[in-house]
Amino acid sequence: MTRPATRAFLIWLLAMLAGAVVVWNSHFSADMSFFLPAKPSAEQQVLVDQLKEGVVSRLLMVAIEGGDAAQRAKASRDLRGRLEKLSEFVAVQNGEAGSQDADRNFLFEHRYLLSPAVKAERFTIDGLRDAIANSIDLLASPAGMMIKPLLPRDPTGELVEMLGGLNAGAQPNVSEGVWASRDGERAMLLIQTAALGSDTDGQEKAIDLIRSLFAEGTPGGELTVQLSGPGLFAVKSRATIKGEVTRLSTISTLAIIAVLFFVYRSGRLMTLGLLPVVSGALAGIVAVSLAYGTVFGITVGFGSALIGEAVDYSIYYFVQSSKLSVEQWRARFWPTIRLGVLTSICGFAALLFSGFPGLSQLGLYSLSGVLAAAIVTRFILPPLAGSNFAMRDLSHLGPVLKRGIAVLQGLRWPVIILTLVAASLLAINRDQLWHPNLSALSTVSAEDGAIDQALRADISAPDARYMAVITAPDREAALQAAERAGQQLDGLIVQGIIGGYDSPARFLPSLAMQASRRASLPASEELQARLQTALTDSPLAASKLGGFLDDVTKAREQGSVTRETLNGTSLALAVDSLLLQRPNGWSVLLPLRPPGGDKGIDIAIEPVRAALAGSGALFVDMKNEFDNLYNDYLHEATLLSLAGFVAIVALLAVTLRSPRRLATVLLPLLIAVVLVITGLHLAGEQLHLLHLIGMLLIVAVGSNYALFFDRADKGEGLDSQTLVSMAVANLTTAIGFGTLALSNVPVLHAVGITVGPGAILALLLSACFVGRQRD
Amino acid sequence: MIKRLLGCLFLVALALPASAAFDVGQLMSDLAKHKGGKAKFVEKKYISLLDKPVVSTGEMTYTAPDRLEKRTLTPKVETLLLDKDILSIEREKQKLSINLANQPEALAFVDSIRGTLAGNRAALEKNYALYLSGNSEKWVLTLLPSEQKIAAMVQRITVSGQKNQVRVIEYLQTDGDRSVLSIDPIELK
Repeated sequence: MTRPATRAFLIWLLAMLAGAVVVWNSHFSADMSFFLPAKPSAEQQVLVDQLKEGVVSRLLMVAIEGGDAAQRAKASRDLRGRLEKLSEFVAVQNGEAGSQDADRNFLFEHRYLLSPAVKAERFTIDGLRDAIANSIDLLASPAGMMIKPLLPRDPTGELVEMLGGLNAGAQPNVSEGVWASRDGERAMLLIQTAALGSDTDGQEKAIDLIRSLFAEGTPGGELTVQLSGPGLFAVKSRATIKGEVTRLSTISTLAIIAVLFFVYRSGRLMTLGLLPVVSGALAGIVAVSLAYGTVFGITVGFGSALIGEAVDYSIYYFVQSSKLSVEQWRARFWPTIRLGVLTSICGFAALLFSGFPGLSQLGLYSLSGVLAAAIVTRFILPPLAGSNFAMRDLSHLGPVLKRGIAVLQGLRWPVIILTLVAASLLAINRDQLWHPNLSALSTVSAEDGAIDQALRADISAPDARYMAVITAPDREAALQAAERAGQQLDGLIVQGIIGGYDSPARFLPSLAMQASRRASLPASEELQARLQTALTDSPLAASKLGGFLDDVTKAREQGSVTRETLNGTSLALAVDSLLLQRPNGWSVLLPLRPPGGDKGIDIAIEPVRAALAGSGALFVDMKNEFDNLYNDYLHEATLLSLAGFVAIVALLAVTLRSPRRLATVLLPLLIAVVLVITGLHLAGEQLHLLHLIGMLLIVAVGSNYALFFDRADKGEGLDSQTLVSMAVANLTTAIGFGTLALSNVPVLHAVGITVGPGAILALLLSACFVGRQRD
Repeated sequence: MIKRLLGCLFLVALALPASAAFDVGQLMSDLAKHKGGKAKFVEKKYISLLDKPVVSTGEMTYTAPDRLEKRTLTPKVETLLLDKDILSIEREKQKLSINLANQPEALAFVDSIRGTLAGNRAALEKNYALYLSGNSEKWVLTLLPSEQKIAAMVQRITVSGQKNQVRVIEYLQTDGDRSVLSIDPIELK
């Protein structure tokens, strides 16, 4: 090695080592934060919190299939018994009788502090008479059998008042004493993990535990277990992304190595040719890791495309400079390549400004990768390769390519007509082109989605679409606010606008509320005297209500219900999931239930907003937020793509200094975009925002080829070397992006399926339109 | 216990002579012919805790074989609807829906009335031993729970009627409380 070569190599090696250290210490993640907004609105923050740590995100649904109902019930009980002992699970429900006794006892024990009906008026003579008469009426009803044993202690019916607010609507079926699916063919369990929804490792561990403990409890293999839930989706999608990153990078690397070997026929040149690629891939991860702290798996998956793009520069260098000195190459070709690099960078840089974190990472990753690859090609590669490298002579391919170009140039009018047809087709179908929501980007397969829906329906699992959200500085203030909002919501129930709601204040009232309820309870003698008068004409004699007097007296002296009092009941879980401590205060969630029946499953949003206005509670429709989020992303991606496009046009305009040349460079790129999009539409692909980004990348990447033809057009002519280098570079780019098209991850697939064919078309169309016709 | 045994023997003795002409099978097929209709009802619940019985009145509509609506008008409006295995109760603004397939005890209880109305002998005999007395003009069908869990709630159910029309259903609970449901059909014009 020469001295400059040694120096270049050492600098490169040092940079690589530093990069490797950064990558080694990087945090990689394959969770959904890829899709969650970087700067969320208040409503979107609720959505993000729910997805990351909400109760619903921690629910796993389990179905046991096979065998007979008794075997399934036994397996269900056995699984619950095993899981319940583990700290990884906060709740394991399977509908077993007895599991609700603790809750009922707690409610009954503390009924005078918890019942919303406890007010001073209720314990006046009239109040007592009405409440007791009402309870006696209830005895006449079929529900009477349940309340009869409690009547002497609870004649005013506080337990009924409390249970009235709970969701008694949908309950899962029961078979052999445990929950079963609607068709009775599966036993069902609902499990809440201790791990947050965003903790994919924790979710994976919980899922593995469920599977292995189930297998332990049911040897023989007659019964099978099926799981679903957000946690499972997270684990599966992480596995998918991990697998894809390896698979796609391997495919694209092997294919590109094969192409390079065919072109170079030299192990040394091939290795050198891969230097910029390796440097680019490493630089991309380093930049993302330093800028964002976390590198998304999908970003790394994008590396397969980067490989195809980054290898181009070394191809240009080796093929074009085989008959030139380094200086001549730098003078003749480098400015064109540099301009191509800059247009690519413009395209990727537009993504940096996206509020969609995944997109901005992809932008930074590709930008740094391309830049590093270009720099390595320009400064490191020539000294390392030396001036005399044995490049295979490919000039015999030149005439073939030139004949091809001549044919293409004869096709100008047909291409223009085809483009016009395609454009009008797109214009006519413009309303059906786009996928309407964020699910387009989800890695959850249709099959898994269907299983999830089936299990969810079988177990009546909450979907938590509507919520009122309150934030407050401390727990007491949060609970008081929840009580105030609750009063408004009670009004909406009466009007039939909502069916019901959950509130942590139902089981854990604010201390102020408990104090006021306690203060409304009369002293024993006073209560006894009032009862005597109230029950003069009643079939229920006051003398039979000793238990009532004792319980009221006890309640007057009873301490307040605190969060600790709830321990040992499932109500603790309900409260914890609805009352959350945040770094800067407390927040309360009040899930709202739709009115049901013929009023459907939607809640009219306006009346709820109006009722909650001024209560400090924010009403959030999760589905709406998801749709809005996606629309925001799409809208932003449109703007960014346009901005990127404008930047590329401006860059080319400044460099080319000729409107005509600018137009001839842009025309083939725009035609390529139109044809690719039409092709995708006809192939049945619904477009989403990554296809849109793909369009920008067609222009950014494709401009490289148009620029070479433009340079030739300027009078320098296209020699065989340049043509061959372009063909090979185009092939590797198409391989890199094309590999992404194989991906099951929609984000990667969309970019690949758009840019892969787009890059090839950009080359062919540039040949067709940009090159000068030589008659 | 002796008393109960004697009672049973007495019932059996009553049932035997009639069996030649009128037996449970005959009654069931008579009842099964009844395709439904509307009736007024008065229900009296005798509860030891209360000095007077609780009385409720209203209307019942039965549509064979498995739809029964009981609309209480006094003292409080309340609708109870049994449609196949779904029991829904609507009272004031509250609505409660129970899937009886989940609650075998409640189902057994409901089956006592539904099985009788529909003449479904198999459903009745699943949970009760049947004893019939009287003749087709005026009969009394006694249901004694055979299942331990039901016996813990209901001691005896006595259904009496004329021809294919059920007239009185009496539930005697294990704690001694009882309820008497008198049914008065509204003749359809």
